[in-house]
Amino acid sequence: MSLEACFHHTQGSFVLNAELHAPARAVTVLFGHSGCGKSTLLHCLAGLERATGECRLNGTWWQHDGRKLFVPPHKRRLGLVFQDARLFEHLSVAGNLRYATRRSRAGAAEWNAVVELLGLGSLLRRAAPTLSGGERQRVAIARSLLARPEVLLLDEPLASLDAASKAAILPYLERLTTELAMPMVYVTHSADELIRLGDQVILMEAGRTLAAGSLETMLSRLDLPLAHREDASAVVVVQVQGWDEALHLSILRLGMLELRVPQVRSRAGQRLRLRVQARDVSLTLDPPGRTSILNVLPAQVLETVADSPGQHLVRLQVEDQILLSRISEFSQRHLCLQAGMAVFAQVKSVALA
Amino acid sequence: MIDQADFSAAVLTFELAAISTAILLVLGTPLAWWLAHARFRGKAVVEAIVGLPLVLPPTVLGFYLLVALGRNGPIAWLLEPFGGAGFAFTFQGLVIGSVIYSLPFVVQPAQDAFALIGHRPLQAAATLRAAPLDRFFTIAIPQATRGLVTGATLGFAHTVGEFGVVLMIGGNIPGETQVLSIAIYNHVEALEYGRAHILSGALLLFSFALLFLVYAINRRLPGRL
Repeated sequence: MSLEACFHHTQGSFVLNAELHAPARAVTVLFGHSGCGKSTLLHCLAGLERATGECRLNGTWWQHDGRKLFVPPHKRRLGLVFQDARLFEHLSVAGNLRYATRRSRAGAAEWNAVVELLGLGSLLRRAAPTLSGGERQRVAIARSLLARPEVLLLDEPLASLDAASKAAILPYLERLTTELAMPMVYVTHSADELIRLGDQVILMEAGRTLAAGSLETMLSRLDLPLAHREDASAVVVVQVQGWDEALHLSILRLGMLELRVPQVRSRAGQRLRLRVQARDVSLTLDPPGRTSILNVLPAQVLETVADSPGQHLVRLQVEDQILLSRISEFSQRHLCLQAGMAVFAQVKSVALA
Repeated sequence: MIDQADFSAAVLTFELAAISTAILLVLGTPLAWWLAHARFRGKAVVEAIVGLPLVLPPTVLGFYLLVALGRNGPIAWLLEPFGGAGFAFTFQGLVIGSVIYSLPFVVQPAQDAFALIGHRPLQAAATLRAAPLDRFFTIAIPQATRGLVTGATLGFAHTVGEFGVVLMIGGNIPGETQVLSIAIYNHVEALEYGRAHILSGALLLFSFALLFLVYAINRRLPGRL
């Protein structure tokens, strides 16, 4: 189960040259600046725009130029959530959802599940023009799910929302990503959304796909622009081990190591993704003695490169996972860090991702 | 107060307007859709032809229709093997004339409404598995209701008030081609001002009431104008 595509498309002076592989049970994020061709690629996948190339879902060809095959959008089993929601303004919320179920023959069970998943129960009778931005997006997502798609495409669904609506809708998207088995392709230029929702990343620049891989790998590859952003981060997967009620701390397991973080609401044994920003990781060659830093992890230097002027980026291996650390050029010269060296990573703060 | 001839002229007028409007909606809606969405060379030519009746003197249009529809015209020649004899001076001729004459009044508001909807909701419908014709009837038509209602009303009212074209191709046959505007003209010619007053006043009131109704209803219809 996966969506695979390869497209070439010329639109005036803009040239798209893209390859995509989106596996099932995963969110593949198309990441890049505005105007790099992410949305165009998505529209080509949906058949709304006609590029030259090939595209298939689970072995069924949607487009194959060699065989002169092109399946029109309405015959592709896909859901597409647009940045501007595109609700049918002449219909109510329920009317918009029924538009999908009538054509997909989704039953009452699916209707109820989707309405519950996106919290639409109280909105069903409202007219589309009376909804807020966040509500519109939730209805749009529900509508595409009720079309019973085999792949879900999301085109910057949060980009036009204010911070509060974004925060309100993200949990719904996270539930979606854990509950759906189909491949999902998510277009965004927000690093926050990338880290919170992504499993696989396809990096795009000026119309072409630059690199692709798992979120953890792509974030920490020093040859790619993601690691050189101001908010460069690594994502590590940990397991909840327990908590210390008196000190309001949770104890998490990273391989053989223990992390202490401000208490999180999770049951023991649950796997969590933590975002660790490069600027929150400092390095020391000797084990620090008495320190207020909660988490000091033994690590091995894998690679160092110059970052912005005066700054250095260090890629570290901690157990079987990767961390990034941004240190000053001065510190780099002082510590003479080289690949293979053993260091201690002092992690100042982490966030749930 | 109103005699048999005036009454049959009124019936004929509304019959003509109703039939012409129905034909205009059936022909004009797809034409408006095509003009709103198609991009092709010479689109301006088609638009100019559709808009011609707006600026052309009705007598000019009527004259060409008379030539085309008359006994020696090309239509009659085409219909001859089937026993036809052209449409000049018949009710059918009036319908053809009215449809052409009122075409821009129906097409232009509909075209504007379709253009305003744009591709976006239709693309969304396509991703929800709606085929092109399905999208046209379930998205485009309902969202363009305002433009279509405006167009139908203008087409109807314009046909009710038409004079020049009818006079040229329909003549003045009571009960067959004599419409209200011509009946009024006849009354004035015969210095029957009282009867001209009644018919004119009735038409004025009717036209105002119709337009008022449409503008009042249109506020409540979708169409984002």
